[in-house]
Amino acid sequence: MKLLEPPVSDYSTVFWDATREERLLLPYSGDRPFWYPRAVAPAHLDGDGEVDWRPAAGTGEVYAVTVVHRPGPGRAAEDGPYAVALVELAEGVRMLTNVVGCPPEDVVVGMPVRVCWHELSDGRKLPMFTPA
Amino acid sequence: MTDRSLRGTAALVGVADAVSPTGELDTFGFELEARMIREALADAGLRPSDVDGLCCAAPPSALAEYLGIRPRFYEGTAIGGSSFEIHVEHAAAAIAAGLCEVVVGVYEATPRSDRRHGRTRGGAYPPRPAAEWEAGYGLREPMGAYALAASRHMATYGTTSEQLAQIAVDTRRWAELNPRARHRAPLTIVEVLDSPMQASPLHLLDCCLVTDGAGAFVLTSADRARDLARPPVYLLGAATYADHGQSMSQMPDLTTTAGAVSGPAAFAMAGIKPDDVDVLMGYDSFTITTLLHLEDLGFCAKGEGGAFAEDGRLGPGGALPTNTNGGGLSYTHPGQYGMFLIVEAVRQLRGECGARQVADPTIAVAHGSGGNLSTMATLVLGTEAAR
Repeated sequence: MKLLEPPVSDYSTVFWDATREERLLLPYSGDRPFWYPRAVAPAHLDGDGEVDWRPAAGTGEVYAVTVVHRPGPGRAAEDGPYAVALVELAEGVRMLTNVVGCPPEDVVVGMPVRVCWHELSDGRKLPMFTPA
Repeated sequence: MTDRSLRGTAALVGVADAVSPTGELDTFGFELEARMIREALADAGLRPSDVDGLCCAAPPSALAEYLGIRPRFYEGTAIGGSSFEIHVEHAAAAIAAGLCEVVVGVYEATPRSDRRHGRTRGGAYPPRPAAEWEAGYGLREPMGAYALAASRHMATYGTTSEQLAQIAVDTRRWAELNPRARHRAPLTIVEVLDSPMQASPLHLLDCCLVTDGAGAFVLTSADRARDLARPPVYLLGAATYADHGQSMSQMPDLTTTAGAVSGPAAFAMAGIKPDDVDVLMGYDSFTITTLLHLEDLGFCAKGEGGAFAEDGRLGPGGALPTNTNGGGLSYTHPGQYGMFLIVEAVRQLRGECGARQVADPTIAVAHGSGGNLSTMATLVLGTEAAR
């Protein structure tokens, strides 16, 4: 599967290094997780902006899903339609991701999922989800 | 002024737009913008030298130099398709505050002929941090983002593809009455459902057009508006709200947009209720967008948009005439369609719409949507009778 390989930011090295060992980390502001990661935590979390990373359970459920028939940036038409979903993690944050490991049209809102990994060219792994 | 409300303090006095049945225009850029501004000023009975305010969805100073004007008021808010509703709101405030007297706002985009001629315009895509955290997943924007919202609305409220298709059908029924619309052939629900799936649950005919297009408006004080060429269309209410930027993972609830804040706020400024609206121009980037506007502006309860739209209520002869030019779905959609909402609302309130004219409207709403269901800007416009 062809896709756009994400760049690494200075602040996110810890996240991407953990993916090499198939560990999913979430950024926290105090006791509150957030997604997507930022160098400074979102102001609405009322923290001081400092970010620390903690392990995520790696489970969640599908909040919304679309099967993309006309491929998006970086994707190839020959790889066929694929499911892009917002997955609500057990920790309460929503993550844009792919749900793989089943026909894309079988992915439905409310479906329980768990993290799986797609290896990138430099050994990092991109978190995706699969039916639990 | 005895209060600080914008209600009735400014009026739209000139409009223009440029579209083509082929979907392509033969000019672009500053030239097209200058033509639009001159046309809108002629419509108003004003001269370019009368202009002391300029709005566009980009840094306005280079355009002002090209135009040869020296504005006292610049507005370059560029947050997507609702930029032009925001320009009207801010320009009205500037006029009420005495910052300026005659403001022009302009927009142009020519994606269709750009592509054919191999022209490259500026702009970074995708924006960071999306490049790191979201681009790898291949969401095709914008339709993929709206598809996620549609999926959530269907799962939560039981909304159906047929109900969304009805919105495309009723919008096309308006376009059938508009000789300037790009698509005028009658459309059926089955044809919408049989059109190629783009990003489920959205089919090709759930999605807006890609055409060239341009438009302009002229706004001046209510006092000045009285002696100009056309009946004034007063700004009665305006409000803006945004609940995220571009990323759907940041939208608090995919079934409720920021319009649930901007709509009621604009209606309150105008002193109207949803029942008072004679024409709704609600940005229809996708069928789901129209449906969410119906709920968030209070025309029906949350979750009931599908059933509300089901009986043809939005089309010609219906109780809530919506997107009477044929909308982004059938009239034109160059990328940031909000300008055309304003143009059509003004023309309806002036009674200039020919076969598609709504009977004696006094209040029209232009509700712009920018980004991925991100920034909502609502204008309530009215005739002298509604002022």
